[in-house]
Amino acid sequence: MIEVGLNHYLVVSSILFSLGVYGVVTRKNAVMVLMGLELILNAANINFIAFAKYGNFGLGGQAMALFVIILAAAEAAIALAIVLNLYKTFSNVNVDEIDKLKE
Amino acid sequence: MSEISIINISIIILLLPLVSFVLLIFFGKKFPKLYLAATGVVFVALVLSIAVTFGMLTSYSGETLSFSFTWIDFGNVPSIGFLSIELGFEINNVTALMLFVVNLISALVHLYSIEYMRGDIRYTRYFAYLGIFTFSMLGIVITNNLLMMYIFWELVGLSSYLLIGFWFEKDSASDAGKKAFLVNRVGDIGMWIGILILFTHYKTFTFSTIFEQISLGNLPFDSAAALTTAGILIFLGAVGKSAQFPLHVWLPDAMEGPTPVSALIHAATMVAAGVYLLVKIFVILTADAMLVIAVVGGVTAFVAATIALTQNDIKKVLAYSTVSQLGYMVLAVGVGAYAFAFFHLVTHAFFKACLFLGSGSVIHAMHHEQDIRYMGGLRKKMPLTYYTFLISTLAISGVPLFSGFLSKDGILAGTLAFGSLTGHWLLPIIGFTVAAMTAFYMFRLVIITFHGEPRNKEKYDHAHESKWVMTAPLAVLSLLSIFIFYTPNPISADAGWFLNKWISTPQTVVPAEASFDFMQSGMNKHETGLAQESGIVHSVQYTEAMHHAHYPAMFLSLILAGLGILIAFIFYQWKKVDLEKLTEKLNSLYKFSLNKWYIDEFYHATFISGTIRSADALSWFDYYIIDGIVNASASITRFVSRLSGWFDTFIVDGLVNFSALFSGFIGLSFRRLQTGKVQTYIVFVVFAVLVLLLFFRPF
Repeated sequence: MIEVGLNHYLVVSSILFSLGVYGVVTRKNAVMVLMGLELILNAANINFIAFAKYGNFGLGGQAMALFVIILAAAEAAIALAIVLNLYKTFSNVNVDEIDKLKE
Repeated sequence: MSEISIINISIIILLLPLVSFVLLIFFGKKFPKLYLAATGVVFVALVLSIAVTFGMLTSYSGETLSFSFTWIDFGNVPSIGFLSIELGFEINNVTALMLFVVNLISALVHLYSIEYMRGDIRYTRYFAYLGIFTFSMLGIVITNNLLMMYIFWELVGLSSYLLIGFWFEKDSASDAGKKAFLVNRVGDIGMWIGILILFTHYKTFTFSTIFEQISLGNLPFDSAAALTTAGILIFLGAVGKSAQFPLHVWLPDAMEGPTPVSALIHAATMVAAGVYLLVKIFVILTADAMLVIAVVGGVTAFVAATIALTQNDIKKVLAYSTVSQLGYMVLAVGVGAYAFAFFHLVTHAFFKACLFLGSGSVIHAMHHEQDIRYMGGLRKKMPLTYYTFLISTLAISGVPLFSGFLSKDGILAGTLAFGSLTGHWLLPIIGFTVAAMTAFYMFRLVIITFHGEPRNKEKYDHAHESKWVMTAPLAVLSLLSIFIFYTPNPISADAGWFLNKWISTPQTVVPAEASFDFMQSGMNKHETGLAQESGIVHSVQYTEAMHHAHYPAMFLSLILAGLGILIAFIFYQWKKVDLEKLTEKLNSLYKFSLNKWYIDEFYHATFISGTIRSADALSWFDYYIIDGIVNASASITRFVSRLSGWFDTFIVDGLVNFSALFSGFIGLSFRRLQTGKVQTYIVFVVFAVLVLLLFFRPF
């Protein structure tokens, strides 16, 4: 029986991170992009917790994870507000077509 | 009078005309009546100069009173030694008489000009110019050194220039002024070089010091040739100022000036300055220099007299007669007849001034007609002018009882003596020929102008005798042309006070080997009854020869003058000879004389056109060579700048543009990365992080 160790957590978090990045890069809908972002944040959270469990850091990792969750919530609220404004301006939320940054 | 007061009064006499000049030139416009003050000032100077002359001739006759001061002290100059320039004044008999002559004629001309110049637009300025002229002429007279002599020499040249060109609106007048100035410059350069030869050697300009050094045997650069050169070069100044051949051409043209000016400057005083200079430096003239001077004087007298024979302008005749008489004076200095040169200067000053003022009176009456062919018969209209003119004519023609006879006779005797002692017989021959010609052309002038029938009725009818301010000077001057003022004996001046008491030939200081033998001093062996009371006589042999020549010269000159007058009467008064036929017969000679020996044309063909041509050549050189070089350097510069411009445009700008293009190109190619799509950026970021990880992996 393979004991679940730090590497397993890290692999899971890597997969989650990769999926998040994939989502962020490939999705056209801004909301889906935001969801990818959440995945990335959560991948980071898993890392924090895992390092906290196997490392000698005290409760720092858990505390940081909690902060991230709170931040994610705040970020989601702000990001959704941005998406709403995007929609207001461009009449859609398709990130492919919103390339005003170029100008 | 004491010595000091004579000197002081002389300096005051010198400065008075300067005061009049300054007053008139600065305040003449505001106070147009100032010309009266100018005339008054000159008359004051005349009275003072009479006092000086009287004091000098009675108390200090034969002495030289001088006063000098250091003008510039250079101190001890390395390799030269102590050097200072002294200026000063000296008064002797010659100076005192000259002071009187200049002041008298200047005063009379001032008086005369009041009427003659009335209504002229530059009336006061005219008197101002007369003032500066009188000042500079007096400066020449009383100076005791060559430097001041030269300065005042140039100043009279300037005032002469100003007065010849006084009516400068006329081109001929302004041209004549320029001509006089330039021709004089030629002579003055020679004079200045001569002065510098003496100054370089003796380190002084003072006459007496130089004479003393030479008499001690200290010759310039230890050679008699240098002394001869200095004498001839200084004489060159006199050639210019006294209108001697070949620089005489300016004087006839100078007649463009107002007639009183011609009388004052171009007949009586300034042109005599050259002779005065020769009189001053007489003692340092070597035998060679004297011979040159004599020849130049003789040639001048002859050339001018032949030209005067045929001229038709009343002032031109008088001008050439002046040149001829100046030639006489220079000839006299050259042959050693020192006293007679100065005597003739004085007598000539009076009668020639009278002739010029008389001609001015005629011209004034004829409303500025100067051609004698339109005159005639004026005797009845202008008796006073006629008689004064006649007296002066008799004087210049050498008729006994008049001053000219005495002085000219002495000069002719001098040339005869010179001829007999040296064998230069041509000089007396010229002298006597000129005497005959003088009598002829002067009587021709008188007869055509005053005798016969009027040729221009209209002008004749308007002619009238001039006012007293114009005739009074004529009367005074013609009176001074009578013998009694110079000697009690009307046929010989030797016994008179002028030559006996006032003027005597000074002893030459030139060493014996460089001067004529007969100019040396010695014991007076024969009781000639001449001037000298002591046993020592200057230039014994010469004095004796002259004494012997006196009577032959007198008879010969009397005969020749009478002949000249007779021919003039036959030709013009009685008209016994058909003049037209005569001129046709002697056409070439007549033309030669009428055209003034073609000297002006000769100068025109040589010096003037030479100058113009060399100016043309220089301007060509300037235009093509200098300008060519300038233009070439300009075009080279232009080429170089075009080249560097090209380099700038293509190489430097090319580099700059290339770098710009290059960065543009890079920009263009990298711009593709900038899609504006966030997701692409994220891909880049992830990719970059992966790459960085790969590079900086800790394991």
